[in-house]
Amino acid sequence: MEKLTFVYPARTVLASRAHVGVVASGDLEVLLEPADGRESRVTVTTSVDGFGVAWKSVLDRFFARFTAATEVEINDFGATPGLVMLRLEQAVEALQP
Amino acid sequence: MTAVRPEAVAEDFLARRSFIELSARQRAAALLDAGTFRELLGPFDRMKSPWLLEQGVVPQSDDGVVIARGRIAARDAVVAAIEGAFQGGSVGEVSSAKIAGALELALEDCLRGRPVLAVLVLESGGVRLQEANLGLAGIAEIHAAIVALRPHVPVVGVIAGMVGCFGGMSLAAALCSQLIVTRQARLAMNGPEVIEQDAGIAEMDASDRAAVWQLIGGEQRYATGLADALVEDDVDAMREAVRRALAMPAAARSTEVERFQSRLALIDPAHPPEPRALRLAWSRSTA
Repeated sequence: MEKLTFVYPARTVLASRAHVGVVASGDLEVLLEPADGRESRVTVTTSVDGFGVAWKSVLDRFFARFTAATEVEINDFGATPGLVMLRLEQAVEALQP
Repeated sequence: MTAVRPEAVAEDFLARRSFIELSARQRAAALLDAGTFRELLGPFDRMKSPWLLEQGVVPQSDDGVVIARGRIAARDAVVAAIEGAFQGGSVGEVSSAKIAGALELALEDCLRGRPVLAVLVLESGGVRLQEANLGLAGIAEIHAAIVALRPHVPVVGVIAGMVGCFGGMSLAAALCSQLIVTRQARLAMNGPEVIEQDAGIAEMDASDRAAVWQLIGGEQRYATGLADALVEDDVDAMREAVRRALAMPAAARSTEVERFQSRLALIDPAHPPEPRALRLAWSRSTA
């Protein structure tokens, strides 16, 4: 098991929060909440060690488009990078308007 | 005999919406009246297991149990649904406290003259081994809470599959006023893998799915009177079955001690019956 944190600059604010996914085999849960200030913080707890670079690439790509200040908690049980991206996009979609 | 068009069978199957494929949160929402789902201690309350991280296991923000208040057939209800995909639905200190707490609150409401129906969606390998005695103590609290609540309102158990319901949680299922199963469900004290490992492959071959389901599957449990309703894996069928079960008088199978003792007396443990013979001996009509 490994814990990773990432910080990204933010330009906009978020009005609501969202939770998607399950910590099931090959899956993950994402908790997305509004944060104060001008940055987003991502905390990843993953069952698979040594994939920090892969996590950074996925999150870099996500935060290239997502600009709101958020607190993101990810609990991962061996999801592939593609699924991680899908869950992040699903969380954004699940944000109540 | 009327011939059944194969197309009709296929259409019927395709029109179904699977209950088994839903997550615990979706299952709870599906059982409650539309728009009444209100989660207690949800993911953002972060009531998760303090023990898993220390043992190198990734926790889940709701500890694998969804507690939802709402209404069923316009009556106040609470649903506790276990997420079978997280750690095999195993029940630890926090998840057991959530279930027991929900049932205890329902009892308090009942005693104040505001009955709250209870539904348990059980999908569990039993106690979470990483939390050992704390989980076991919690499961005992769930048992006590079911027994305390069921004289006031029916406590309905649902086992949909595909995990099934084992260990201490199988006792919780047996304590429910009414128990609903699907064909895909399994209900037993020890799971097939545990039996194979303990007693050898001659006793049970856990990879033989047909044999496993014949022994502990939902259909067998229903046919032998250990479950009260057998339903298709369909959201509407499950909603309907839960509503029917909640309308039943609040009695419980586990209070019928003499009836079950006389049933047990029919069995010679030295020569255990085949699943089919057991269905005859313990058929629903003679039970």
